[in-house]
Amino acid sequence: MTHTYVMTGGTTPDGVQTDMAIAADGTIAQLGQNLNTDGSEVIDATGKIILPGLVDLHTHLREPGNDDAETVETGTRAAAKGGFTAVHAMANSNPVADTAGVVEQVHRLGRASGWTDVYPVGAVTVGLKGEQLAELSAMYDSAANVTMFSDDGMCVWDPVLMRRALEYVKSFDGFIAQHAQEPRLTEGAQMNESALSSELGLAGWPAVAEESIIARDVLLAQHVDSRVHICHVSTAGSVELIRWAKSQGINVTAEVTPHHLLLTEDYVKTYDPVFKVNPPLRKDSDVRALREGLADGTIDTVGTDHAPHTAETKQCEWVVAAMGMTGLETALPVIQHTMVDTGLLDWHGVARVMSVNPARIYRHTDQGQLTDTGSLVSGALANLSVYDPNPTFVVNPADHASKSANSPYQGMELSGQVTDVFYRGHRVVANAELTTPYQHSR
Amino acid sequence: MRHLLATRELSYDHALAILDTAQEMATVSDRSIKKLPTLRGQTVVNLFFEDSTRTRTSFEAAAKRLSADVLNFAVKTSSVSKGESLKDTVQTLEAIGGDAIVMRHWASGAAQQLANFGWSSSAIINAGDGTHEHPTQALLDAFTLRNRLHGTQATGKDLNGVHVVIVGDILHSRVARSNVWLLHTLGAKVTLSGPPTLMPVGVNTWPVEVNYDLDGILAQHPDAVMMLRVQAERMAGAFFPSPAEYTRGWGLTNDRYQTIADTDTLIMHPGPMNRGLEISAAAADSAQNTALEQVANGVSVRMAVLYLLLAGQPGQ
Repeated sequence: MTHTYVMTGGTTPDGVQTDMAIAADGTIAQLGQNLNTDGSEVIDATGKIILPGLVDLHTHLREPGNDDAETVETGTRAAAKGGFTAVHAMANSNPVADTAGVVEQVHRLGRASGWTDVYPVGAVTVGLKGEQLAELSAMYDSAANVTMFSDDGMCVWDPVLMRRALEYVKSFDGFIAQHAQEPRLTEGAQMNESALSSELGLAGWPAVAEESIIARDVLLAQHVDSRVHICHVSTAGSVELIRWAKSQGINVTAEVTPHHLLLTEDYVKTYDPVFKVNPPLRKDSDVRALREGLADGTIDTVGTDHAPHTAETKQCEWVVAAMGMTGLETALPVIQHTMVDTGLLDWHGVARVMSVNPARIYRHTDQGQLTDTGSLVSGALANLSVYDPNPTFVVNPADHASKSANSPYQGMELSGQVTDVFYRGHRVVANAELTTPYQHSR
Repeated sequence: MRHLLATRELSYDHALAILDTAQEMATVSDRSIKKLPTLRGQTVVNLFFEDSTRTRTSFEAAAKRLSADVLNFAVKTSSVSKGESLKDTVQTLEAIGGDAIVMRHWASGAAQQLANFGWSSSAIINAGDGTHEHPTQALLDAFTLRNRLHGTQATGKDLNGVHVVIVGDILHSRVARSNVWLLHTLGAKVTLSGPPTLMPVGVNTWPVEVNYDLDGILAQHPDAVMMLRVQAERMAGAFFPSPAEYTRGWGLTNDRYQTIADTDTLIMHPGPMNRGLEISAAAADSAQNTALEQVANGVSVRMAVLYLLLAGQPGQ
């Protein structure tokens, strides 16, 4: 039988070097040595790692409403170049994704783009205002089939509303992704509250504002027996709280961003708003705790919190600048730098935190497919990222597919390059360049 | 020295050079013709994003005494009403032609951004940025202190061993921050006092002592006590229960003033004073109060800064 592609000599997350055949129907046809390449396009993957396609539970695609900064098309191009085969588009668009209509629009735009799967995240509350539950069931019942809800950017701060949301989504096995930020403790907050914020004269965002919400929400999840996912954990204290909650059997999952694994508040000394992000960059001790938490499974997944912003909202005074940084196209090199090169994770671990775990959290069945031993699965849909960890490069946002250039890593030297991406068996990235999108059936 | 942005990064040598130059500049102010030709043909732009007639006038007087041309540019924007960007405003001014920009801004870090982001080629003087720094205020405070302590022998001297108490809203005060760093650089011992709600997080890492008991500190006979202005908006922010309670704890009330009256302890205030709140009339009007000297010295210090940044620059 003729395969569309045969990749030779690549290494799967379990460390086994193998050939892999991808069939015309988009599935992984065969794994093994010396596969027949007759009639197939052969891709030499020697020295490269074949990961299950990366899954990002935390992406801002900015459409509808802010297409100056990003669109579903440009954001998923960036995602594909970064090795992702699924992204979850946060609800803080304009209009907010708080109705079936908006989530279906994003869903449809994702399918039309064809670079990755696009799963819209529904808002928990109407307009992200934290006052009234959005129509969660309607979003679930829509064509977008939403099961993940978040007011990301805003905290569901009202404890009763959070409790109701956690209860309500149980009817369809959904979950709430919380942006943990106590609003009163963070009014006007500009950066991590510390001796440095005091010196720089910038209003502080104290760790306790994150930790107090996480403590409350894991207890609520326990009380109503539901699932809570903590977005962008940023402090050592949060890691401790989640570790405790998991030890109690509480159904909590957690995410960390690449930037919180690498950057510290020291960058704020420049007053360059490219380093302004929410939650803010913290201290070195937090960075170490986050890395350890990700390595030991306390933190389940890496979410990019890719937050594109136009130049005009970043080239201004720090206090009025937008919060957020791009991250899709640098995620894997940053994880290599912070977790693999430091010996904290092997490639199987990277596959777990960037693909398997986020897919499991969302209950995806065609993303993040990997056996427990770290082998790819014959017969599974070919959502794959081929990664060469060797080449070094200097980050230049001008090279990125994202519409926005607010990368905090600009000028930094990193290693690793996504060379090929298969999305539903279609090679959307070849030799580190975008090719053609996958055509979804109408 | 290319810019004056913050005392945090001002070296001992530069600080002393500014104070000593200011000493020479002060003699100009005593002449019948209060003008030097030094900066003739150079333009100083006063770019104020926040109202401050006092500071702007002081800089204007300083620039004019050095024969520089002065452009005053007031921008009515706030963090709420955004208009033209800082970058555009500054580049507009550069197109008009300026050699130095004296900037007051409501945003912390605005002066650093201007100096470091390639938006401007002018010398930048920070005339107060948000709650970050106000370096010329600290320099004029140090100058005033040095003159009171050393008189005609002040030139070349630092503030080694001098004890200064700063009282009030340290959290939101750019004056306090600039003073802490500069006084420390010059060898002074600094004590901060005020309600704990108005002490910044991490103040324990600053080169200061924190003591909430103002009466106890005054009994130590410090060389100077600097009373910070209490901003009206702090009262609404629940940083302290009532103005009366603030005054009882940390105001230089008449009773409290009597414990240091006729001692060598100087009373400093960056102005404008809230009489009856952080300072009583008796303390404000006493001979120990240096507030008006501070204003006069402000011109000399700002002349010194302009001179050191601009003399010898192209355009002269």
